[in-house]
Amino acid sequence: MPWTKVYGNKAEFEKHLAGEPGLRGLTYREALLEAASQMLASDPSVFVIGEGVDDSGGVFGTTKGLHQRFGKDRVMDSPLAENAVTGIAVGAAVAGMRPILVHMRVDFMPLTMDQIINHAAKWRYMFGGKLNVPLVIRSIVGRGWGSAAQHSQNLQALFAHIPGLKVVMPSTPFDAKGLLKASVYDGNPVIFIEHRWLYEHMGHVPEESYTVPIGKGIVRRPGKDATVVGISHMVYESMKAAEELMGEGIDCEVIDLRTIRPMDTGLIIESVKKTGRLVVADTGWKDCGPGSEIITRVVEEAFGFLKAPARRVNLPDVPTPASPALEKAYYPGAADIVSAVKKTLGK
Amino acid sequence: MDIIGSFDVKFLQIINEAGVCDAALLPSMEAPDLKKIFETMILVRTFNQRALSLQREGRIGTYASVLGQEASQIGSALALEKDDWIFPSFRESAVLISRGYPMWMLYRYWMGDERGMKAPDDMNIFPMSVPVGTQLPHAVGAAFAMKYRNDRRVAAVYFGDGGSSRGDFHEALNLAGVFKSPVIFLLQNNQWAISVPRARQTAAATLAQRAFGYGIPGIQVDGNDILAVYRATKEAADRARGGEGPTLIECYTYRLDDHTTADDASRYRRKEEVEEWREKEPLLRFRLFLEKKGLRTKEYEEEVAKKALEAVDKEIEKAEKFPPPDPADIIRYTNFELTARQKTELKEFGWEK
Ligand SMILES: Cc1ncc(C[n+]2csc(CCOP(=O)(O)OP(=O)(O)O)c2C)c(N)n1
Ligand SMILES: [Mg+2]
Repeated sequence: MPWTKVYGNKAEFEKHLAGEPGLRGLTYREALLEAASQMLASDPSVFVIGEGVDDSGGVFGTTKGLHQRFGKDRVMDSPLAENAVTGIAVGAAVAGMRPILVHMRVDFMPLTMDQIINHAAKWRYMFGGKLNVPLVIRSIVGRGWGSAAQHSQNLQALFAHIPGLKVVMPSTPFDAKGLLKASVYDGNPVIFIEHRWLYEHMGHVPEESYTVPIGKGIVRRPGKDATVVGISHMVYESMKAAEELMGEGIDCEVIDLRTIRPMDTGLIIESVKKTGRLVVADTGWKDCGPGSEIITRVVEEAFGFLKAPARRVNLPDVPTPASPALEKAYYPGAADIVSAVKKTLGK
Repeated sequence: MDIIGSFDVKFLQIINEAGVCDAALLPSMEAPDLKKIFETMILVRTFNQRALSLQREGRIGTYASVLGQEASQIGSALALEKDDWIFPSFRESAVLISRGYPMWMLYRYWMGDERGMKAPDDMNIFPMSVPVGTQLPHAVGAAFAMKYRNDRRVAAVYFGDGGSSRGDFHEALNLAGVFKSPVIFLLQNNQWAISVPRARQTAAATLAQRAFGYGIPGIQVDGNDILAVYRATKEAADRARGGEGPTLIECYTYRLDDHTTADDASRYRRKEEVEEWREKEPLLRFRLFLEKKGLRTKEYEEEVAKKALEAVDKEIEKAEKFPPPDPADIIRYTNFELTARQKTELKEFGWEK
């Protein structure tokens, strides 16, 4: 199906386009812009708020021009006050609005933790289901250009720990559009994490409005020898690794997790039952991360099917360096996934 | 109804745009002091301009220009004592240079090297804060500690108009007032926080007046008048040292360049606005002032410019020759003692010596 495909880059998509002229190519950033724009057009309760969302750059192009089209009351620039603005969005959501709050970098979200964890995530429970907090917080993981320790963190695990929150990390343009809509209409606060390196990726995106279910992973590449679960940008690295491994006769199944919480355990268990080997490639740190959770679930539910210890590909256990030389050494990629898969095969 | 409190917001200017000074307000300074100020301004301009061109040539990563804010930064930095503590934001290159921070290290920092922010041991300078406004509570904490230990030093913290909207700002000012901490809040109101204009940060007419709500003195100074900034900072420092607590100084200035080299300000602000401010920029008027004092000759100025360029070139060379860090640096510094995982990783990555 065209919308389940991942294309390594624009050129690859365009190659496919030649064979399937019915496809509509959009970049990840355009897909997000289209999703927001369609929801703003169809639902007056939707609004966008965040620092610089009306800037002409438009949050890497994802909100570009929206303030001109929908007005500054619905696409609102906010002062520099992360926790307060989050609280304002929480209040508006409770009062019946559907805010899309943008915190340009995940690194600014620790400043909002009180509002997210102590309020947004808890209120529905505390008020016996009388309140809903239909809030989406879009946030972006930086990488490169010396973004370094305080501007390039992958903090998905922090949010995934909290009952009451949902955490999604779409990797393709199709999913970005569909998951943004699903998040806006989910009813729970959803942390929507994008990765800077995904914005230029292109894929098939239908023009009409649609949703992609939260909590469902997807098999990007079927295979029989090992299961590789990729998250966000690491899905692309996993696909590259799978291709390389195929050259050596190792056939990997690549799963794109798409949602970190709630996690699609069934899909992973089913795959591991078939392959007996598991590698998880996440964009963040190892300890208490999504990889820890996935492997635990497999151990709990399919221990007997594992033919080898599961492995994880993550960042080293330290902050991101600024130096380009160190940064290059710091980030894992396809090669690390290849070697992790081989280790599960005793190679 | 009775009026039970009222507050005046004062504005301090000593040298106006025409270079004419109010002699009564002039800080006591001899010719060498005035020359030192001028020379520092030229050095900073040269450093800044070279940083921008290095960035265009791809030799450094991103850079946040200080053009237009030299008076606010240098004037305040020179008014502090050598062992006072400085808490800079990412835009404070001029503060650091005025304090004698090695320029090659600053270049190294902007090339993407954390070693560039390891201040020399004899300098009490915190690393630049890139998260906006988070350094304010740190400065209050340091000031609290200094007062506790009776060591008569002050902490000076730099941040922007944007930063002044953050909760950290309000909580820091409030606590500093309660503790009577020896801290100076040097608000660099350069009218913009990337694309967000000053009017979008607060409905308050001045940023200085926000101090009154916390029971501390606040003043607005012409941030393009280096002697006004110097005088206000000196007074605040004297008061802090005398146990009278914190001061908020709003330096009213303008960011003449883009937010950083990754920005294009022409997308969101009018050219005319920038041009208006260019006429008020700090070096123009200080030059006129020196001229009136008979301290500015063509030869002197050429000599200063030449020396600055030579110094900066040397520093760039040093920065570029500095060897890249060792990959083990990635692991080495995060924990006081390496964790078990870090030890394994050093081996696994092959970074162990
Ligand atoms: C906590 C936090 N929020 C947002 C940002 C993104 N950001 C970087 S600089 C900046 C504007 C800061 O404006 P201001 O405080 O006026 O300082 P200036 O850049 O004008 O010197 C913003 C919003 C950040 N770095 N940290
Ligand atoms: Mg500013």
